Amino acid sequence: MNMREYRSQEQVDFIVIGSGAAGGIMAKQLSTAGFSVVVLEQGGWGKFGHERDYPKDELLNRNIHPEDRLISNPQRQRNTFRRNDREDARPGGHTYGCVVGGGTVTYGGSSWRHLPWEFNEATTVGTIAGTGLADWPITYDELEPYYTQAEWEMGISGQRVDSPFVAPMSKEYPVPPVPMKSSGALFHVAAAKLGLSVVPGPLAIITKPYMGRSGCVNCGLCSGYGCHVKARSSSAVTMVPLAIETGNCEVRVRSYVREINVDNGGRVTGVTYFNADKQEVFQSARAVVLSANAGESARLLLMSNSSRFPDGLANSSGVVGRYLMLGGGGGASGLFEHPLNDYKGVVSGTGILDYVPSDPDRGFYGGGRLTSRGYATPISYGLSGLSPGSPRWGAGYKQALREESNHRMNISCFTTQLPLETNRVDLDPDVKDEWGLPAMRITSTSHPDDIKNMEFFRQKSIEILEAAGATKVWAGPVRDSTGGAHNRGTCRMGDDPNTSVVDKFHRAHDVPNLFVVDGSNLVTGGRNHPTMTIQALAFRAAEHLVLAANAGDV
Amino acid sequence: MSTQEKSRRSFLVDSVSGLGGVWVLANYPEILAAEEHVLAEDESADFAFFTPEQAVEVEEMTAQIIPTDHTPGAREARVVRFIDRILVGFDRDRQDDYTQGLQDLAAETKRRFPSADKFSDLIYDQRLEVLTAIETTPFFNLVRTHTITGFFASPVHGGNAGKVGWELLGYDDSLNHEAPFGYYDALPQMRRGGTTP
Repeated sequence: MNMREYRSQEQVDFIVIGSGAAGGIMAKQLSTAGFSVVVLEQGGWGKFGHERDYPKDELLNRNIHPEDRLISNPQRQRNTFRRNDREDARPGGHTYGCVVGGGTVTYGGSSWRHLPWEFNEATTVGTIAGTGLADWPITYDELEPYYTQAEWEMGISGQRVDSPFVAPMSKEYPVPPVPMKSSGALFHVAAAKLGLSVVPGPLAIITKPYMGRSGCVNCGLCSGYGCHVKARSSSAVTMVPLAIETGNCEVRVRSYVREINVDNGGRVTGVTYFNADKQEVFQSARAVVLSANAGESARLLLMSNSSRFPDGLANSSGVVGRYLMLGGGGGASGLFEHPLNDYKGVVSGTGILDYVPSDPDRGFYGGGRLTSRGYATPISYGLSGLSPGSPRWGAGYKQALREESNHRMNISCFTTQLPLETNRVDLDPDVKDEWGLPAMRITSTSHPDDIKNMEFFRQKSIEILEAAGATKVWAGPVRDSTGGAHNRGTCRMGDDPNTSVVDKFHRAHDVPNLFVVDGSNLVTGGRNHPTMTIQALAFRAAEHLVLAANAGDV
Repeated sequence: MSTQEKSRRSFLVDSVSGLGGVWVLANYPEILAAEEHVLAEDESADFAFFTPEQAVEVEEMTAQIIPTDHTPGAREARVVRFIDRILVGFDRDRQDDYTQGLQDLAAETKRRFPSADKFSDLIYDQRLEVLTAIETTPFFNLVRTHTITGFFASPVHGGNAGKVGWELLGYDDSLNHEAPFGYYDALPQMRRGGTTP
């Protein structure tokens, strides 16, 4: 690979912190526009450029060598969790994508757009006392062209449908949806009985050759694995190669940023990071784009405190880290008479979307999507895939495996979580990460409506499985989230510098040459499928940033 | 060529492109031979961690966890070989758990059946009784996890010999599948995009 390299003393136009869903797009758009860009990525290269070497081996994936990890390691990138301020925080298991391409290298690929009315629910639904439910400073119409751009530049498979529960699209998807699986067929069976509708899920997994990449071969070792045929449209196989090809962009892996530096005038001068040898390096830049994901971006701003910014960079509002949304869920599982073989193909195929809008008749705020899934690879199935009450070993265990394997499907729900000021990321006062920096501390308890909503979706999942003809149905209790890849909201976007961190073009209210572009900007979390909206926001942010930089306004 | 070989071959060919594909085709006999070699590893080869006596006890435990009935169990899948290998690999920090756990197993055996010196001396019902007595212990659950993992992991790791674990599940490891995948998506009305069963 022939990649431009910059000296750290050399001032580049932009540093982009993070190379995931947003960072990859920012790097590609800025370098294509002719700017010099250094991307700082915590993780390694993964199998960048030789993706066929991604192991399709469940045992290796479960026991991955630390150097080959594609997600962060809670033993190194330590974090803590507590339900509220009165509790002592305990060691947490929060992780995020940690490789060139970030979480998009291993994610399931769901690429739902937010619906038009999800940008102004404070108006359409009404504010909810004690919550931070607020309208976005931008509308769906303003973002729509960038959704389309993201779908076509990343490569999203799907089918445009005319439905009140799906965002309207100005253009078809570039490639057709994944084949219907048996779990999807059973969704159709249930939906026909219950008067619901089924929609093929939009996925960042291409189904036929597109932009030089292969279509999905339905290998079945999907979410959590790197894609060996490059069918998953990650930043690593779409944006980052194009950024490097411009000759303007250098990607520095194993670069763990500890601080965004500022001068006395309150402008960013560059960033200080630990290289792979844990040596501190300062890279100078005209401007910084922070795309490290909601948890890490907020933590880095809070760590970047100075006499001028004593409460953390870009935090005069005190909002940095707050309104964290980890994501809500719920679901159920069922057994069916005939084999589904749902281990083949992608994780999530179809969605039942009739409960996407909030309905006051339910007595609480909330909505979400039900997705059909049957995903179970052999080891995980053997260890924990049998229905409750099944023998754990012996002749009965073996017989249950024989009877149940490939007959199971799951419903996974993705539900709303209200933004609350008290739910937040901050710096743990006691625990340090492997680099000696304050660990991320997550404080989170969902609003009572979120819990009621999750229970509603759990019940709907049971109803749907029964309507589909399941011979046995079970569902664990709903659980409030403690971390995970869908974290959003910690640097919310808004017009008012007193209540938000960045403006509608992602520029920090307090710092003219600092831009935050990632899931942290989401004012509301949508129905807990954030990636496509993050990607659309990034394309929009990049377009405005290029215009501003060319006009000397950075 | 068996179906499994065929599907494996089509995966190898389809999942690589250009020169790689040519290379795979040209070297396919060698690749298969290498795989066969792994599968045909000498039954009597030394264990890397277990003593021969320990290996017998562990194998008898695995054979209770996934027994042999009209289809192969953990014994035929050579799960003990898998466990031995991971105990000098990524699970080497569990070695002491096995050393101690096997001593405890012998003690529990002796306590219940004073005439027996070791677990493998027992007859079927007695073995069941001993393992049921310890089924909530960390050691039993470690062996359970390792047995199931070895039974369902790729044969290249030493267990799941002949892919008997995958066969039990009906799991096709070709890694290259085409729809329809299962019974319900293959129904004619589903293939037409219909919604009624």
